[in-house]
Amino acid sequence: MSLDKDTVKNIANLARIKVAEDDLDHLAVELSAILDWVEQLNGVDTDGVEPLASVVDVTLPLRTDAITDGNCRDSVLANAPAAEDGFFAVPKVVE
Amino acid sequence: MSKLTDLTIATARDGLAKGDFSAVELANAHIAAMVDLRNLNAFITETPELAIERATESDKRRAAGDSAGSMDGIPIAVKDLFCTEGVLTTAGSHILDGFVPTYESTVSQNLRNGGAVMLGKTNLDEFAMGSANITSYYGNVLNPWKGKDGKDLVPGGSSGGSAAAVAGRIALGATGTDTGGSIRQPASFTGIVGLKPTYGRCSRWGTVAFSSSLDQAGPMTRTVRDAAIMLGSMAGHDAKDSTSAPQAVPDFEAALSGDVRGLRVGIPKEYRMDGMAPEIEALWTQGIDMMKQAGAEIVDVSLPHTKHALPTYYIIAPAEASANLARYDGVRYGLRVPGDSLDEMYANTRGEGFGEEVKRRILIGTYVLSAGFYDAYYRKAQRVRKLIAEDFRIVFEDVDVLLTPTAPSEAFAIGEKMDDPVAMYLNDVFTVPASLAGLPGISIPTGLSANGLPLGLQLLGKPFDEETVLRAAHALESAAGFDAKPGGEG
Repeated sequence: MSLDKDTVKNIANLARIKVAEDDLDHLAVELSAILDWVEQLNGVDTDGVEPLASVVDVTLPLRTDAITDGNCRDSVLANAPAAEDGFFAVPKVVE
Repeated sequence: MSKLTDLTIATARDGLAKGDFSAVELANAHIAAMVDLRNLNAFITETPELAIERATESDKRRAAGDSAGSMDGIPIAVKDLFCTEGVLTTAGSHILDGFVPTYESTVSQNLRNGGAVMLGKTNLDEFAMGSANITSYYGNVLNPWKGKDGKDLVPGGSSGGSAAAVAGRIALGATGTDTGGSIRQPASFTGIVGLKPTYGRCSRWGTVAFSSSLDQAGPMTRTVRDAAIMLGSMAGHDAKDSTSAPQAVPDFEAALSGDVRGLRVGIPKEYRMDGMAPEIEALWTQGIDMMKQAGAEIVDVSLPHTKHALPTYYIIAPAEASANLARYDGVRYGLRVPGDSLDEMYANTRGEGFGEEVKRRILIGTYVLSAGFYDAYYRKAQRVRKLIAEDFRIVFEDVDVLLTPTAPSEAFAIGEKMDDPVAMYLNDVFTVPASLAGLPGISIPTGLSANGLPLGLQLLGKPFDEETVLRAAHALESAAGFDAKPGGEG
């Protein structure tokens, strides 16, 4: 799969990563090379093979539905680049 | 008495028990080595005060007849991917600028509970993505070894700082993490032992996530015995990680019986790749002979899907990384680069905060998970992953361990293989298959290249059978008698 500049721009937008216009061309080349390389998997016969999502062959454990954590607001906010009145602060999202 | 920094974890433990030296003396010797070898750039953050504080506590416990076990008072380095309470944690990335966790990862907490003395946080490839420790925001790490031409070499990656610290006699052991080879490959490049346990053996809680179905923490040490001791302290079930295995932690050190008579060692033919370096092939043959001499039975086996492992990995790992790294948004921790809108702030922060390799992987991951491509790439890779895991399952019905090379080359110079991402990815060709299958693997320094650099062999085992892997590794280590040190001292 050869990716064009617009596709790279679109992926970068989906990933919320700002990419300079000048970088799009070489990124398109690099990403296309990686995709070309992984596409060799198309030659592997996987008919009837179940996808493997995890090597841990167990049912996820359940625990009692009880409060085991909490009252740690200050600790949660301790590393925030901006926090006000006990909340994370972000640029205005509602006009 | 030899230098305190030349001890192993086992001999330091015994020396501490006998009162030959104190934990504070041991810590001070290693802190001095850390300062002397700052040129390696092995550490992002040094924590000498914390080390002395913990060593002092260790000496007090010992004086009161209350030692916490084999790791009590042992100076270690911690890969800067493990969150450490009150100590800067960076994952080698600009985007985690100033992040000081208010909690401790389970693995580093287990080591703390065992009395281990943390010297500092080691450098790594950014978010553990790399095989040469050249993608860290905090700069390249140097391999303490040099070849005949004297050029600066990479220590391997991503756990390059941990490998350099252990090989350079700065720490007796270090934590690493291995997603596709990030413990084993740097261990091979620096002449140390690196053990990736079975997926689920060590808790992932509090370790910065890269690829959650693959990430696994493990010890990096100078001997197999030390790996056994340190793994015993790191491992264990943890309710905070739902993929952590509810398995008892055996006494790994007790597994080192020295006896491998009758052990069935598989040699997978697919690892004998076209264009394989003759030196690596020769080392492998020597390793096979050593195991045979020790009484093991050598069995030729086949893992037919081996060649598909790397491309499978380079779909699955970036896909999981793109999801995991979505959390770095400039809101909850680390760097924030302002923008006019929330979306612009996200994009600016992530554009500036992530390095080139990390961005590449997030973009690949985003693409292979995007609408219309999910089945063609991600589902397909998961199906091939199943075939790879099945190959191993079938082979392990017949053999106890597999013996292969760890890496396709010796350590290379800084600057090589940097233009072509795919060429760099090939470093992990022998380590990635077992990662995809979740199996334990260990790299053991087995010989020196013609250029005077260490080369490792890898042993792989059955799920949760680290004991057999360690027993075989111990036998190989004894037979190989690798005693070379960086700097050509011996």
